[in-house]
Amino acid sequence: MICAGTGCVANGSLKVRDALETEIYKQNLQNEVKVVLTGCNGFCAKGPVIVVFPEDIFYQMVKPEDVPYLVEEHFVKGRTVQKFLYLPPAQKEPIPVMNEIPFFKHQVLRVLRNRSLIDAEKIEEYIARDGYLAAAKALLEMTPEQIVDEMKRSGLRGRGGAGFPTGLKWELSARVPGDSKFILCNGDEGDPGAFMDRSVMEGDPHSVLEGMLIGARAINAHQGYIYVRSEYPMAVHRLQLAIEQATEMGLLGKDILGSGFDLTIEIYQGAGAFVCGEGTALMESIEGKRGMPRPKIYRTAVRGLWQRPTVLNNVETFANVPPIILNGADWYASIGTEKSKGTKVFALSGSLNNIGLVEVPMGIPLKTVVYDIGGGIKGNRKLKAVQMGGPSGGCIPVSLMDTPVDFENIEKTGAIMGSGGVVVMDETTCMPAIAKFFLEFTEDESCGKCVPCRIGNKMLLTILTRITNGEGREGDIELLLKLSQQIKDTSLCGLGQSSPNPVLTTIQYFREEYEAHIKEHTCPARVCTPLIKFVVNEEKCKKCGLCFKGCPVGAITWEKKKVASIDLEKCTKCKTCIKNCRFWAID
Amino acid sequence: MAKMTIADLKKIKEEYSAKQALREGGSRVKITVHMGTCGIAAGARGIMNAVMEELAKSNATDIVITTSGCAGLCSKEPMATVETVGEAPVRYVSLTGDKMRTIFTEHVIAGKPVKEYALVVGHETTY
Repeated sequence: MICAGTGCVANGSLKVRDALETEIYKQNLQNEVKVVLTGCNGFCAKGPVIVVFPEDIFYQMVKPEDVPYLVEEHFVKGRTVQKFLYLPPAQKEPIPVMNEIPFFKHQVLRVLRNRSLIDAEKIEEYIARDGYLAAAKALLEMTPEQIVDEMKRSGLRGRGGAGFPTGLKWELSARVPGDSKFILCNGDEGDPGAFMDRSVMEGDPHSVLEGMLIGARAINAHQGYIYVRSEYPMAVHRLQLAIEQATEMGLLGKDILGSGFDLTIEIYQGAGAFVCGEGTALMESIEGKRGMPRPKIYRTAVRGLWQRPTVLNNVETFANVPPIILNGADWYASIGTEKSKGTKVFALSGSLNNIGLVEVPMGIPLKTVVYDIGGGIKGNRKLKAVQMGGPSGGCIPVSLMDTPVDFENIEKTGAIMGSGGVVVMDETTCMPAIAKFFLEFTEDESCGKCVPCRIGNKMLLTILTRITNGEGREGDIELLLKLSQQIKDTSLCGLGQSSPNPVLTTIQYFREEYEAHIKEHTCPARVCTPLIKFVVNEEKCKKCGLCFKGCPVGAITWEKKKVASIDLEKCTKCKTCIKNCRFWAID
Repeated sequence: MAKMTIADLKKIKEEYSAKQALREGGSRVKITVHMGTCGIAAGARGIMNAVMEELAKSNATDIVITTSGCAGLCSKEPMATVETVGEAPVRYVSLTGDKMRTIFTEHVIAGKPVKEYALVVGHETTY
């Protein structure tokens, strides 16, 4: 039996068949040996594959020139040919293949196309993976209008969070005559739990430069800046090196690739203010002023940096551009949902087994990201909610895990796609405390320019602090809702317009937890220390002694088969017993 | 340097693609230590040092050592990938210097992947 599946035929199994038949005739064995072609044997990696009956001997990787020897040995002399014999690997289980394990199986790598494959500090390795071919195409074969058109048709939307169509943004800038324009890259990734852009800048800096070069050509800009926070030293280092190498090779600078087009790119290091990720604040910062947003009377695409037309895109957006130009808009739009095309990179963190950076097609259900790619929740705990979009986003409860991940559907839940931070929270998370955590961040990062954000967020934080301290008042929930809406409606920039989202969504989905804090003075997740009694619930206690074993100050008494008890005099309220208890038996 | 043209670009592409493919590049093994911030924070520099020391000890000349950025599975850093001629690359996770030395002896030199430390084999699908 000779395998004639596609795999083996490609490896030359038909030629082996011919050789075998010829040889069998030569040896005058045609009446004893019959040559049969079979369908795919399934072992394509070892093809061409031959199985000899009745002995059921499996020969692998047989070449036509091996056939005379094989026939001579096996059919004439009756000896099995060791050389071609398939030997099963040692009894050990094989190492799983990439596409068999869920973490890799569901991912589609476009932005991260070079991840783990190239040395970020060598431009040649980027070029070897089709690097700068898209830029060459854009500069030498396409008009700026064609580039804009391709980008518009691709359906790519800004990956910084707001999801503004990239092609449209470029078009608005391109329409303004003149060439005193700017192309900016926003690498000021600042939300807790987000590290997508950092990874791209560190792992594949040239993909960002190439995207910027194509964008600059489309709008006719000759100066570009990459705004990176100085907390990302490695990103800064590798980008700087990438700029130097590209300039050295003539892929940046004057007359790029002989096209007559010039572009200089510089890095501008930010000092780490969250608000500088906001477009106009970022531009103020580059202009040398204090990083505060300005009112958007004009779109920045028309009047941005130094009041000149400016295209500002996120790192991930730019990294998406080269493959779109190289493979075309239709290719790009072939995956994703109706209004959200392509893929999205997410930074998974929190209570997951697999923490890391993943790229998935738009429209993938959230549960696939959490359970399959993320590998489920650590320590056999239950999923409670997923925070998307960091401090500007909101939480999505476990009941909405079927939500497809795209701009529209995530927004419907009250969260936002954001730049791609996904923080997964288990049942030991207290929702009012989480809202407080994010508010502490935004209150601290508010630039203070407009009143609703500066004072409003401060007030939200005050109310949340009193709720988590057990001093919540009747009507606090309504007050939070009203104030949140006012801050959203009246703040100057995206920071204030989105900062109440964690409060709004946690109230929307976990209102009963707020009520428990305010009315019953309990914290259901046992997080808010002032609301914990540190008393063992005799009904729930399974008498296992785990609390006793963990207590660092010896405040717990316990004997086998007896309910534990806590000495409140000695207890330091460190909550180790609560973490150790599997049965929620400490009130 | 003279102005780069599109022909030069394609030439570099071909040269380096060949270099990266082990057989044509004249190397037998390629070791990639994944050194994004996450990897380095988890100890990738130590892994790199272990590889370099083992390489020096082995006197081998057919082994390439390189780095890359974040490989995506930050919770299992430090990671390294070992690719030998004609075999799918094997990705090792949660490494220590000692684990890396074992991998060097058993996989890189003797050609037998160390199953206990490996996560997966193969390439990721791009696009």
